[in-house]
Amino acid sequence: MRLGVPKEVFPGERRVAATPETVKKLKDLGFTVVIERGAGEGASFSDAAYEQAGAELSDAPGIWGGSDLVIKVRPPTLAEADTLKEGATLISFIWKLANPELVERLAARKANVLAMEMIPRTTRAQKMDALSSTANLVGYRAVIEAAAHFGSFFTQQITAAGKVPPAKILIIGAGVAGLACIGTARGLGAVVRAFDTRPAVREQVQSMGAEFLEVQIQEDADGGGGYAKEMSPAFIEAEMALFAAQAKEVDIVITTALIPNKPAPKLWLKSHVEAMKPGSVIIDLASEQGGNCDLTVKDQVVVHNGVKVVGFTDYPSRLSGTASQLYGMNLVHLLTDLGGGTKWNVNLEDEIIRGASLIHKGELLPPAAPINPSPAKPAAPKPAAAAPAAAAAAPAPAPSAPAKSHGGHGGHGGGGSGEASPAMKWVGIFLLVAWLGLRFGVNPAGAGDMTGAATFLQHLTVFVLACFIGWQVVWNVTPALHTPLMSVTNAISGIILVGGMLQTREPLGAAAWLGTAAILLATINIAGGFLVTQRMLKMFRK
Amino acid sequence: MHSALPTLNSALQTVAYIVAGILFILSLRGLSSQETARRGNRYGIIGMAAAVVATTLCADKVAYAPLLGALVVGAAIGAFMAARVAMTAMPELVALLHSFVGAAAVIVGYASYLDPAGHAGSRTVLLIEIFVDVFIGALTFTGSVIAFGKLRGSISGKPILLPARHMLNLALVVGSVVFGVMYVQAPEATGLVPLLVMTGLSGILGVHLVVAIGGADMPVVVSMLNSYSGWTASAAGFMLSNDLLIVVGALVGSSGAILSYIMCRAMNRSIWNVIFGGFGAAPPAGAPKPAAPVGDVKEVTLDETAEALKNAKEVVFVPGYGMAVARAQHAVQQISEILRKQGTNVRFAIHPVAGRLPGHMNVLLAEAAVPYDIVLEMDEINADFPRTDVVMVVGANDIVNPGAQTDASSPIYGMPVLEVWKAKQVVILKRSRGAGYAGVDNPLFYESNSAMLLGDAKKTMDSLLGKLRGE
Repeated sequence: MRLGVPKEVFPGERRVAATPETVKKLKDLGFTVVIERGAGEGASFSDAAYEQAGAELSDAPGIWGGSDLVIKVRPPTLAEADTLKEGATLISFIWKLANPELVERLAARKANVLAMEMIPRTTRAQKMDALSSTANLVGYRAVIEAAAHFGSFFTQQITAAGKVPPAKILIIGAGVAGLACIGTARGLGAVVRAFDTRPAVREQVQSMGAEFLEVQIQEDADGGGGYAKEMSPAFIEAEMALFAAQAKEVDIVITTALIPNKPAPKLWLKSHVEAMKPGSVIIDLASEQGGNCDLTVKDQVVVHNGVKVVGFTDYPSRLSGTASQLYGMNLVHLLTDLGGGTKWNVNLEDEIIRGASLIHKGELLPPAAPINPSPAKPAAPKPAAAAPAAAAAAPAPAPSAPAKSHGGHGGHGGGGSGEASPAMKWVGIFLLVAWLGLRFGVNPAGAGDMTGAATFLQHLTVFVLACFIGWQVVWNVTPALHTPLMSVTNAISGIILVGGMLQTREPLGAAAWLGTAAILLATINIAGGFLVTQRMLKMFRK
Repeated sequence: MHSALPTLNSALQTVAYIVAGILFILSLRGLSSQETARRGNRYGIIGMAAAVVATTLCADKVAYAPLLGALVVGAAIGAFMAARVAMTAMPELVALLHSFVGAAAVIVGYASYLDPAGHAGSRTVLLIEIFVDVFIGALTFTGSVIAFGKLRGSISGKPILLPARHMLNLALVVGSVVFGVMYVQAPEATGLVPLLVMTGLSGILGVHLVVAIGGADMPVVVSMLNSYSGWTASAAGFMLSNDLLIVVGALVGSSGAILSYIMCRAMNRSIWNVIFGGFGAAPPAGAPKPAAPVGDVKEVTLDETAEALKNAKEVVFVPGYGMAVARAQHAVQQISEILRKQGTNVRFAIHPVAGRLPGHMNVLLAEAAVPYDIVLEMDEINADFPRTDVVMVVGANDIVNPGAQTDASSPIYGMPVLEVWKAKQVVILKRSRGAGYAGVDNPLFYESNSAMLLGDAKKTMDSLLGKLRGE
């Protein structure tokens, strides 16, 4: 299978979708790799290095028209899209809402298109998650840019020549980029504070060594999928007051706040900029989406009252070598899941491939059902977000990925009923059908009465079915609630009461009185169990 | 449900049972998170009410007076117990309630034997079903009573190991089966004697099994008994030809089984090892003597501890059974609150087998109103200990024992533990210098960064609270 890597034509884009190192891996996967001449220049990879790694060189028409599979970074231009070989596959960022015409043209080419930004943000997909790997780089580079524009040390210095205070940095939006900013700035010795509308990220922020700022209003902004949603006016007012207070103190502000498919929220107003000390620096990572700061101008540095507002959008290209390598590896992992060159299969049953598939054989696919990335766990930090490329899995070993505890949980296919494996589902359905058949359907005896064997078999099926359901449900119970689980199951096992009730019949004989005694014991159990559970659960609060 | 043609009544009953079954499933499902847990419990209550009402209305020839009387009295007793019990006594209560289920199952089994009317199918199948029901029921009953005694402290927590106990267990099982066969073969109702003997044997088995299990393994025992109480209800369902009993019993049974499994995993031991291991007794012959930890145990004063806490930025509390016994959770919570107000990052690290019940510590901390988002599991917090300034170990021992990772001769070797020794400073609240429940010496006490704060957990925590408040 011929895999083509064109040169990126977007102005200022210096990344490339394959490096000599990933070319070797692509060849191992069974692809014939063809690289456009000069494709790696911006990232300092020479044509010779590619050739040495085993790639062929070609020109742009040869790549677009002659490849079965094209991998790239930026969305292709319309002209490029029109030259894509009919029926070929394209993998790159697409941003379909911003580029509707591109999507139409690609569909017209009967192409398969996988959009890198649509890869689901699940644990398994992490190694292909280009948004995360890019955001990490962006966060790092943002701090480096800030340091370059800031006229002092980050760390506190007490020298013979006098004392220099540490730089105070405020990070707005603690997604992957934000967390990477925190890590880098802390590494340079700055005092770091971070703000995010989602309380769930507080721990991640603190684990990276920053102070988590909060407003005194309870509102959770988690919009799912690791992004924030828009907030109420009251919240925004409190937020603005907090920022106004911070503006007087901090030297550097890095904003990373994004809301999916909306212009970036304006968080750092002109008044905030004016409240800052001269010499301060604002790095606006949302610049491409309109900016979080009132004064941001895309791709430029604006100076207002001595405060520099940096609106660059090309951070990944400023680290083009590493960015290409990481992106290239994301692609290698994705292509591995696609079967490589030898067992190529765009398997829409696979949730990652389905999630990323925008166009399949020229047909525009409806968006895939969202996948819940984290197991249902109340305090589980949701995958962080809100950066130009917000994302799951913090860049550093932050306590994000809520490792399933006890191993046992993990061993059981995720446990969540929402993610029960198809096999398990079929087992469940089979059992259910078997039971229905036995209960209401065929009667082997043919008479009105069921035979003993049939009755027993029916009961056995019910029993197995219930064990199965119990198994599915109980693995989902959060460990913190194991005591309530025990007392509630204890209460429920008082169902033996029904047995007693069936025995308590007229005329009152020994059996009836025994039944009564059983009812008494079972009822103590039921009432005690449920009430004690209620008492316990009332205590659990956030 | 019985042999009669479907009547309106039995149809109604079936519907009610299905509804009840679904409600019970939803009830367990609700417990998947704290937010939905209370709703889950309510589903359970509604399900139970539906089952009771449907059974009362649809069964024929109901003796209403004793039935309703038993219901009212039982509910009153249960409610009274639930209202009175202290959260720290929760394990005992749960064990006691399990014994009731066991006893009820045995009684239902006998009643069923005496009055088998209404059962469809062959008598032999019924008799075998009764046998299973009574066997598990009796075992659950006596086992739970012993567990109750152990948890209360009225019976020693130390494992009692009779010689040849495995043979004894086997003999008891074989004996039960033999008498079971005799009772099944006995004509009409004359099998009562072998049935009684069999019940006795099974009861002894229950006692013997639980007596041999050490106090530290109580979480497993309690959840196992929980599981048994489910299976016994299921067996009763087979016996009475009642689908609801089967379903609910199976739900409870699998829940208890999974919990036991989780607990065993957390201790890195197999379930067989827990049940038959007689853990905490003499080390296996030939095993090298554990290297005696060297160095001294340091002590620390209240003032020093208060000072250390005031200066710390990251504090982790590790509660154990000692906190539960001393009822120190409120004092611990108040201390954590003061520290949090100062801006200290305070968290709680919960080992999966801390306490005597699965999730025991979570319940106690919740009772003391510790927000659940700062209560973390072992896996979530272990990586953070190197960054932690002060770890307060409150009445825990085995779960923070570094020997589990380093000392291959330690009986708890291989059990995942909280790696508190990696923190900058560890303060261990303990009543004495003795070993933990597992009877294992703890090298943590000899580490250079750890120090003991001896005394009753509650009193010590109260005094510490006073110091922090500046009294």
